[in-house]
Amino acid sequence: MTHQYPSLSPEQKKELSTIAQRIVAPGKGILAADESVGTMGKRLQKINVENNEENRRFFRDLLFSVDSSIANSIGGVIFFHETLYQKSDKGVLFPKLIKEKGIVVGIKVDKGTAGLNGTDGETTTQGLDGLAERCAQYKKDGCDFAKWRCVLKISDGCPSALAIAENANVLARYASICQQNGLVPIVEPEILPDGDHDLKRCQYVTEKVLAAVYKALSDHHVYLEGTLLKPNMVTAGHSCPKKFSPEEVAMATVSALRRTVPASVPGICFLSGGQSEEEASLNLNAINQTPLHRPWKLTFSYGRALQASALSAWKGKQENKQAAQNAFCTRAKINGLASRGEYKPAGEANQAATQSLFTASYVY
Amino acid sequence: MTHQVPALTAEQKKELQDIAQRIVAPGKGILAADESVGSMAKRFNQIGVENTEENRRLYRQLLFTADTRIDSCIGGVIFFHETLYQNTDDGTSFTKMIKDRGMVVGIKVDKGVVPLAGTDGETTTQGLDGLSERCAQYKKDGADFAKWRCVLKISEHTPSQLAIMENANVLARYASICQQNGIVPIVEPEILPDGDHDLKRCQYVTEKVLAAVYKALSDHHVYLEGTLLKPNMVTPGHACPSKVTAGEIAMATVTALRRTVPPAVTGVTFLSGGQSEEEASINLNAINTCPLSKPWALTFSYGRALQASALNAWRGQKENEKAATEEFIKRAEVNGLAALGKYISSGDGSGAAGQSLYVANHAY
Repeated sequence: MTHQYPSLSPEQKKELSTIAQRIVAPGKGILAADESVGTMGKRLQKINVENNEENRRFFRDLLFSVDSSIANSIGGVIFFHETLYQKSDKGVLFPKLIKEKGIVVGIKVDKGTAGLNGTDGETTTQGLDGLAERCAQYKKDGCDFAKWRCVLKISDGCPSALAIAENANVLARYASICQQNGLVPIVEPEILPDGDHDLKRCQYVTEKVLAAVYKALSDHHVYLEGTLLKPNMVTAGHSCPKKFSPEEVAMATVSALRRTVPASVPGICFLSGGQSEEEASLNLNAINQTPLHRPWKLTFSYGRALQASALSAWKGKQENKQAAQNAFCTRAKINGLASRGEYKPAGEANQAATQSLFTASYVY
Repeated sequence: MTHQVPALTAEQKKELQDIAQRIVAPGKGILAADESVGSMAKRFNQIGVENTEENRRLYRQLLFTADTRIDSCIGGVIFFHETLYQNTDDGTSFTKMIKDRGMVVGIKVDKGVVPLAGTDGETTTQGLDGLSERCAQYKKDGADFAKWRCVLKISEHTPSQLAIMENANVLARYASICQQNGIVPIVEPEILPDGDHDLKRCQYVTEKVLAAVYKALSDHHVYLEGTLLKPNMVTPGHACPSKVTAGEIAMATVTALRRTVPPAVTGVTFLSGGQSEEEASINLNAINTCPLSKPWALTFSYGRALQASALNAWRGQKENEKAATEEFIKRAEVNGLAALGKYISSGDGSGAAGQSLYVANHAY
């Protein structure tokens, strides 16, 4: 604990921090297009499209081939392994297409969750085996950042001390390995919104989880300036009877982050976790207007919240391609504005007219 | 770990945060006048003054009766127990005088270091027994913040895992108890400057120690907005052959803090740790002009670095009192400017201001 064995050279550190800052440059966020084959299946099923390789390619092509101005709102795209080696209609490899727009290419590297015996259905995430070699290869193939998702849930006895400790540790191992191979690790400790718990409970759990994550990152000698965090926003559970306004979500979220995330972390890119497209944008916007000092960028890493309308518009039909692309670009622009706290929803002439359920007496 | 049993009410939290913010208001810092009887003996020995209760009272009086010039640069004063119950010549209690002038009264509550068996001369700090009752009494007697000093040292094999963990834990217990009694805890994990280690080593150790401290504070449910941190600056050891500039000290210090101290912490009040008066001011100024984003107030909690010249001028003689007070006011104003990054040193490293106040293996 007393002697440093530097894990990264100054050049490696500089490269990592530069990549991280490019991804979360002002007004930009991340398109999470890393749905696994199984998850893509769920998305495509909803629009009655067959889940085959060509359809997956076509849809990603639809997103990646939009006008280069998308780079004003998108700083990075997370790929799934299969997609990294697919090509556009014109035969251009997807990573190349994305890089040419000035957007950073990322890759999902975890291999899904695995059960933790002796817990109430809690999990850790696997994928560490051979990860260094895989990262080195991904770096050669055009990637500059990676993503690894851990999952925790809130219930009467969860998350347990084991779940918190084990997931924090595996995230730190993953992050350490990525940095050795020139990849910026996005650290994602998602606390699911399932349940009837209220906002306070989610805030409390989020604070405990993030404190454990950053202690683990410190223990594993991870270079924080070369990482990004992808957390849940602090929200009430989906079946919580009480509803909360974007301002309340924002206050609870920013308070939790201020208590746990060191200022040296360049950016925090929220997951949308089942929020609607508009909800995810409004919440992100409110977060960026919270009257508390926020030393990191606060932006998005959205999957569904960027693609839902596009999928809906596409419905698997070639002739709907333009409409689908427009839908995607619209959401990207809106979230870009939200990441600056400058999103004004159409039809809202007066901010005060927004129905705010903000409870002034709630001390976060 | 999953259910919050709120440790503090909303009102308690607000009171604690307000106190903390008042202490580190812009341009203000802390006068650490909490030298124990034994520490005062060392100070008096150097100026040939007998260590009697009356002399200690006379000396503190000349600091506390400084004119209104210090009101804009001193946010809080840390008292030793004896001093809390002493009066000025005309019978006014020191506590009342300080409070009436708008400065916050603090009290040292630890009971000194004790050895950790099985380590290489490492220590923890005692004082938890009956601490709650003592805090409640101090609160009644006018104190609104407290201080507790833990000590770590850098050598070939220290600080050990045990020393880091034990000191972090005892600091968290102390902090938790203070807050229950309306007292803002100043958390002081001092890493001594003794040794020949370089700047990098100090930075590394400081990062590990602070990461452990904030994990412990999280585990103990401490309300960070109602705390202050009193760390060492990051410097090379006193016997290190290579010297560094104030700018390098500032960068190393702010970097270490950015990686470990959550933005929610209201302020960081550095200890001077044997630096000369001028060194301590120049370094604090450099810290405040360091081009990295700093989400907390960065100010001083100086003992020797505020009092050395005053002691020297006084030499126990009544006729020197005014001159001594004037020396103290001078340092207070200089440090007030340094806390704003506005101190321009005249380059005069001579006199008591430039003399190193390093005492080997410093203990109060």
